[in-house]
Amino acid sequence: MAQELAPQAGPDVARGNGEAGGAGPTFTPAVDIFEQGDATIIIADMPGVAPEDVEVTLERQVLTLQGRVKPEVPEGYRRLSSEYREGDYLRVFTLSDDVDQSRINADFRNGVLRLELPRSAEAQPRKISVKAA
Amino acid sequence: MRPTTFPSFGALDPFADMRRMQAAMNRLFDGTRTPTRPATYPPVNFWAGQDSIVMTAELPGLSEDDIELTVKDRMVSIRGTYPAEEEGEGIVWHRRERAGGTFLRSIDLPFRVDPDRIEARFENGVLSVEMQRPEDDKPRRIQIKAA
Repeated sequence: MAQELAPQAGPDVARGNGEAGGAGPTFTPAVDIFEQGDATIIIADMPGVAPEDVEVTLERQVLTLQGRVKPEVPEGYRRLSSEYREGDYLRVFTLSDDVDQSRINADFRNGVLRLELPRSAEAQPRKISVKAA
Repeated sequence: MRPTTFPSFGALDPFADMRRMQAAMNRLFDGTRTPTRPATYPPVNFWAGQDSIVMTAELPGLSEDDIELTVKDRMVSIRGTYPAEEEGEGIVWHRRERAGGTFLRSIDLPFRVDPDRIEARFENGVLSVEMQRPEDDKPRRIQIKAA
């Protein structure tokens, strides 16, 4: 299970020191999270991000999903109207279970990141047999 | 509840925490997908050129084949269906925020477009459609003769 880590003092806290904000605002990507079998699956929408600009880090139990957008301005065009804004994506979760780092599966297609985080063997629920006296 | 420290006003949104709390509340009381999608979906951006226009829309999770784009005169329509969500034995949902289902949106363009000269691309979940104004629709400069 993944618990969201919301930066308390504003969105900029999660940014590294002195790191310049990329293209405008930073968005929280919409996610689907579910458990299937022994894995937690996280699916995050990051439209406009190229596969090589996605960064997923897992440090201890903290999972950071990050996507950088290269603002794309069609050449010779000027902005006429905007109903949505482009920007980087950032979302942080803390995982309650130990994840088997060697079996993490990450896939990025059509602006959607899909992460499969299998529980490590130690974190699997174990049945404890109770011995009769 | 922990006291929240606000950052200095101005650059940051002082209501971000409030909205976050509201979102958390919604999640608490609504186990299923929250119907947060606005009536007009997807949102689109427009870019204007000399005699052309570019429309972009974010449609993450779709593929080229899931999007149907039609143009008639001054009207462009986007229709699409998100792939069915994950199903199977023993799925335990924790969060469902991503869009799903079918959408249709028709948008009025500022001018008529040439249906034979439309270029649509879909890259990294972003649809971009470049449309040209037909030759016979372009404003023409009229020579004024002296008497």
